[in-house]
Amino acid sequence: MSIDLKQNYFTLFGLPVTYAVDRAALDHRYRELQRVVHPDRFASAPDQERRVAMQQATRINEGYRVLKDALARGRYLLELRGHRFDDERNTHQDSAFLMEQIELREDLADVRDSRDPFAALGAILARIGARLEALDTELGAALAQDGIAASALTAIQRMQFFRKLAHEAEELEADLEDGS
Amino acid sequence: MAYSEKVLDHYENPRNVGSMDKNDASVGTGMVGAPACGDVMKLQIKVNAQGVIEDAKFKTYGCGSAIASSSLLTEWVKGKTLDEARQIKNSQIAEELALPPVKIHCSVLAEDAIKAAISDYQAKQGTDSASKSA
Repeated sequence: MSIDLKQNYFTLFGLPVTYAVDRAALDHRYRELQRVVHPDRFASAPDQERRVAMQQATRINEGYRVLKDALARGRYLLELRGHRFDDERNTHQDSAFLMEQIELREDLADVRDSRDPFAALGAILARIGARLEALDTELGAALAQDGIAASALTAIQRMQFFRKLAHEAEELEADLEDGS
Repeated sequence: MAYSEKVLDHYENPRNVGSMDKNDASVGTGMVGAPACGDVMKLQIKVNAQGVIEDAKFKTYGCGSAIASSSLLTEWVKGKTLDEARQIKNSQIAEELALPPVKIHCSVLAEDAIKAAISDYQAKQGTDSASKSA
């Protein structure tokens, strides 16, 4: 079986080009594809074939990484629709949203000094989780329309801020658990 | 990544960290964030009757370059008129701090923050001239 490297990730994984993804089908197809291009099968193959199999494996891994992640998948879908993200120059200026971000970061900074750091951190993590879930729904609705909706770009940006927060909160959680 | 000495200096001894009353009519508040890295910057200016920035404060959650960019900017805008402050370009900040290309967005954030603070102040004064600025 040959794999067309020019196919978009959705097609590569036999999925419709939509934000909503059937995770079980994605996982199943990933394992299938991995078997096809597994290095063991090309151990005695000519260099050229081995190289191609390796490129395919890389493409499959990258596709899987993108499709299983809501944020990466949303961005990818918008890129397929012709949007070019300019991360270096792109700023977000919604004051109310950014104020919430600052408050949450302040809350996070206060966790260590609170009476029950684990409870305080748990509350923050729950809040971040709920916001990410709501943004997932928002992004799904925005991407259900054709084209590049402004609401989709806003939801992507907000998701990025909350991802960063979640990452910081998880790092703090690991530190607390280590007792450091 | 290695930070330049100037970045480290501002990062370790940030100038003008703090907050002002955002409801004060003489205070302009600019909030901006960089989605790519999740950095958030709040920059506030206090403007006197002559239109000169008397004081500036910032609060930045982000990397060393973002903190240094906002710290440097608060130093630069003090004593400047609003029009002068609006002329500050991110490239000047990036150059002064010797920011590497991957950190240019931190200086973009600072430039956007001062512009947003000026617009906020002018909107409060009812003399919003943001639209005629280049």
